[in-house]
Amino acid sequence: MERTKIRFGAATRRDLLKGAAAANLAGAFPMPAIAQAKPVKVGLMLPYSGTFAQLGENITFAIEMYIAEKGGKLGGREIQIVKLDDESKPELGLQNADRLIKRDNVDVLIGTVHSGVQMAIHKAVTESGTLCIVPNAGAVAVTRNLCAKNVFRTSFSNWQPAYGMGAVVGKRGIKKAAWVTWDYAAGAESGEGFKQGLEANGGQVVQTLTLKFPETNFQPLLAQIPGLGVDVVGAFFAGGGAINFVKDYAAAGLKVPLVGSGFLTEGVLAPQGAAAEGVETALHYGDGLENPKNNTFRPAFKAKAGREADVYAVQGYDAAQLLGIGLEAVKGKIDDEGNLYRAMREAKIDSPRGPISFSKSQEVVHNIYVRKATGGLNKVTGVAVENLADPGTGCKL
Amino acid sequence: MSVFVAQLLNGLQYGLLLFLIASGLTLIFGVLRVINLAHGSLFMMGAYAAFLVVRTTGSLWLALPVAIAAGVALGLLLERFLFRYFYNREHLDQVLLTFALILLFEESRSLLVGNDFHSVPVPAALNFSVPVTDAFSYAAYRFVVIGVCLCLAAALFFWVERTKMGAIIRAAAEKPEMVEVLGIDAGRVHLTVFAVGTALAMAAGALAAPLTSVYPNMGDSLLIISFVVVVIGGLGSISGAFWAALLIGLVDTLGKAYGPAFASRGGAGAVIAAAASMSVYILMVVVLLYRPTGLFGGRS
Repeated sequence: MERTKIRFGAATRRDLLKGAAAANLAGAFPMPAIAQAKPVKVGLMLPYSGTFAQLGENITFAIEMYIAEKGGKLGGREIQIVKLDDESKPELGLQNADRLIKRDNVDVLIGTVHSGVQMAIHKAVTESGTLCIVPNAGAVAVTRNLCAKNVFRTSFSNWQPAYGMGAVVGKRGIKKAAWVTWDYAAGAESGEGFKQGLEANGGQVVQTLTLKFPETNFQPLLAQIPGLGVDVVGAFFAGGGAINFVKDYAAAGLKVPLVGSGFLTEGVLAPQGAAAEGVETALHYGDGLENPKNNTFRPAFKAKAGREADVYAVQGYDAAQLLGIGLEAVKGKIDDEGNLYRAMREAKIDSPRGPISFSKSQEVVHNIYVRKATGGLNKVTGVAVENLADPGTGCKL
Repeated sequence: MSVFVAQLLNGLQYGLLLFLIASGLTLIFGVLRVINLAHGSLFMMGAYAAFLVVRTTGSLWLALPVAIAAGVALGLLLERFLFRYFYNREHLDQVLLTFALILLFEESRSLLVGNDFHSVPVPAALNFSVPVTDAFSYAAYRFVVIGVCLCLAAALFFWVERTKMGAIIRAAAEKPEMVEVLGIDAGRVHLTVFAVGTALAMAAGALAAPLTSVYPNMGDSLLIISFVVVVIGGLGSISGAFWAALLIGLVDTLGKAYGPAFASRGGAGAVIAAAASMSVYILMVVVLLYRPTGLFGGRS
């Protein structure tokens, strides 16, 4: 036992010396070509399990699809993808982001879906200076008071879709509206958007009704609506809460029309069934959106993923497009931060959702569309607001 | 006024559902002296059972009998092979056991059905609404829930108050040693009570599934509010749980409906609004101060 140990130790020492000699030799001959040919490491920190797994998968498929379209190279450099399942667990967020940044040494971090996890990623990348592109999470702080020069978002801020909806109902001459949501950050940020969109067009939110996240006992709130004397009810719910809210709203037989931020009917129309019919929402994407890019994107995505493209796939695709534009501008020299970030900030992208650009706070600027739930689809019926930028309040970039 | 009637109805429906969960909890505590933290997970499993039944057979009518049968079977197994060995252990051991069961139940649910949110459709025959005021309707299925809860409550009352088994159960809750002395098989009483308690929790889950949808950890918040019901009603008292559940259903619903309106009035209004959102817990504190054994609890 003791002997093998000694021999093992001797062997490693000899290997170490050999390695050191090789390293010395390599150092003697400058070989810049090797450093250039090294692939760019792109870390995908996304949910691949749990409630948001399909969102993470669709974002990933779209990113891989774009890189494949470009022949596996962006800005002349190979792209190496490192995936990490963040499980949508905020408590593991910092640890997971650090694993990608410090252990895997990624050059770019693309992530994530859950806003709580996003705040952890944000802390990690603002400390390390790693380029970060957000493909979904809508927490407004990321591009407002906590904005950073190395953080871009290609999805949306919670404020944007709801602002679009508020603006649309305001333009129709509606004076009084109510807002219903969960008592949590995304609900409040959306509510702020709805209120400002409505006020900018001559209406006002007279009552906000909230319940604890993720409770689904909406009855005490719904029974109050007839007494409020409002002309429209705006709402922000997502996932299962959205299914129940829309069903309960229809069952309550209220005569006030229901509208909402797009997530109220996004991906949940099948279980909502007839209850959702006619509900109007606003979002930066929708069914039946006609433009050349979308018309080629949708079949290509379906061929790759085996299912229809959705808003999450579009956001992921645009994250990859944005990275491609940045790397192209600096010829793959990702360390040339000044020029890289400038090129990304000034990027004009042809997205499947229509033309997009970026605001000073590096938040996506895009059209918000009005959609009407019809026969299981969120049919685009018009543009709510063209080129809507988040106010970026508190960002000093 | 008509809005108030609608809110009373909301409170009644919520309260009756709480009663189904709390009755099992109080029954098990009263007779077996075990605080079953896994009761909320049993509610969750009842809801998932309903979801699976509807998904495979397309019929919600089958869900309730299936959930009750599964509850009885699971209750018998749990009592016979686990809880039986914990009656004479410390409360901490029992709490650890039931906490472990929560983890086991949630993990099995995760492995078997996944972590997704699923909605459970209401049968086509009940998919309509009944107007209660000129501008507010009530889903027919909610009336069915009220009806089924009342029937189950009546059956439970009859069983506990009018049958021999019920008399033994009440006696076992009051003076367990006397029941032993009379030569009654305590094992059988324990087995029955545990199975009925489990079945009630799963039945509540199956009934609630179309109203709340099914999702991981859905029983957690209900477990806490059910403990409040049990404490207010008096530990081990079925009729106490019934009235406490109705009281809490109403206080919670009316607090949510009328409390927030005060918030905008500033000062005292904000305090009232905050108090309204905690009304259930304030009620519990008041009851514990003036009647430490609960509204229907005996002296102990």
